[in-house]
Amino acid sequence: MSSVSVATSSPWAGGQSPYATNSKKFGMWLFLISDSLTFAALLFAYTYSRVANPDWPKPFQFSPSIIFSSIMTFCLLSSSLTMVMGVHAMNHGNRKSAVGWILATMAGGGAFVVLHLSEWLNLINNEGVTPAHNPWNVPLFGATFFGLTGLHMTHVIIGLIYLAIIAQAVLRGKFKAEDVEVAGLYWHFVDLVWMFIFPLVYLMSARVGGPS
Amino acid sequence: MSAHTEEAVHVGGTTVTFAKVWIVLLVITGAEVLLAYEQVPTLIMLTILVGLSIIKAALIIAYFMHMKFERLSLFLTLFPMLIFCIVLMLIFLGDATRIPVMRPTL
Repeated sequence: MSSVSVATSSPWAGGQSPYATNSKKFGMWLFLISDSLTFAALLFAYTYSRVANPDWPKPFQFSPSIIFSSIMTFCLLSSSLTMVMGVHAMNHGNRKSAVGWILATMAGGGAFVVLHLSEWLNLINNEGVTPAHNPWNVPLFGATFFGLTGLHMTHVIIGLIYLAIIAQAVLRGKFKAEDVEVAGLYWHFVDLVWMFIFPLVYLMSARVGGPS
Repeated sequence: MSAHTEEAVHVGGTTVTFAKVWIVLLVITGAEVLLAYEQVPTLIMLTILVGLSIIKAALIIAYFMHMKFERLSLFLTLFPMLIFCIVLMLIFLGDATRIPVMRPTL
């Protein structure tokens, strides 16, 4: 009998959560870990192509590319802060405030998408970079660049839809604080991935001085 | 037994803490942009940029994603595997440095 009581008092014996977290949050964490591996593989492919090609282009001029991508980083970082504030407000039962913070988060994400698209258009129209061709004859640049940033932008857009669904539900009194927190986890992850794309893709290929 | 008391403690971070983390993240980002315009050898710049990015990622995971306030068992389940898999990918990176050398000169 004593061995049974020892077994049930262990956090791994069943009947209680060894992670002290709800299943939605744990599910989101598992998804984010697998998604990080997808992004890690793409970033690795970009870095591998870059190292293997000594004539890798540096197409990002200070204006507009580096300025835009720096502002985009600011937008995402600030939207992460507003998201944390939204989760904080929801944990304290303040639904209206939480919705306000989530809308502010969506504004940051929306600004990111608009700036990113205009930055893409600048590269396509002014620098002549497309997924398969560019003036420097390094087609892998366009393929890896648009693949990596395109997948990230897709995540941001999905995040905006996700937050919109959460915001209107919270406003109508549906969903609990944990649901907002799980949406927040996804949003912070999108921010986190950009913290690697921005230096590795943009800053490492900033055009310093004259045209190269 | 301790689950209930932990639930009560499980608030994690104040708004002031989050604002401080946000400012630190912005300062690191500013330092990264400045670094891009310094004439630093590529390998050193890459090392510093990746190092700063890992610090930023750790801050986001610990404070914004709340990992600092979760149980250690959750962290141990998720992250060692992730880091191990990413390190496995890097094994191939050395191969990329050989390709330019192997290319026939025209």
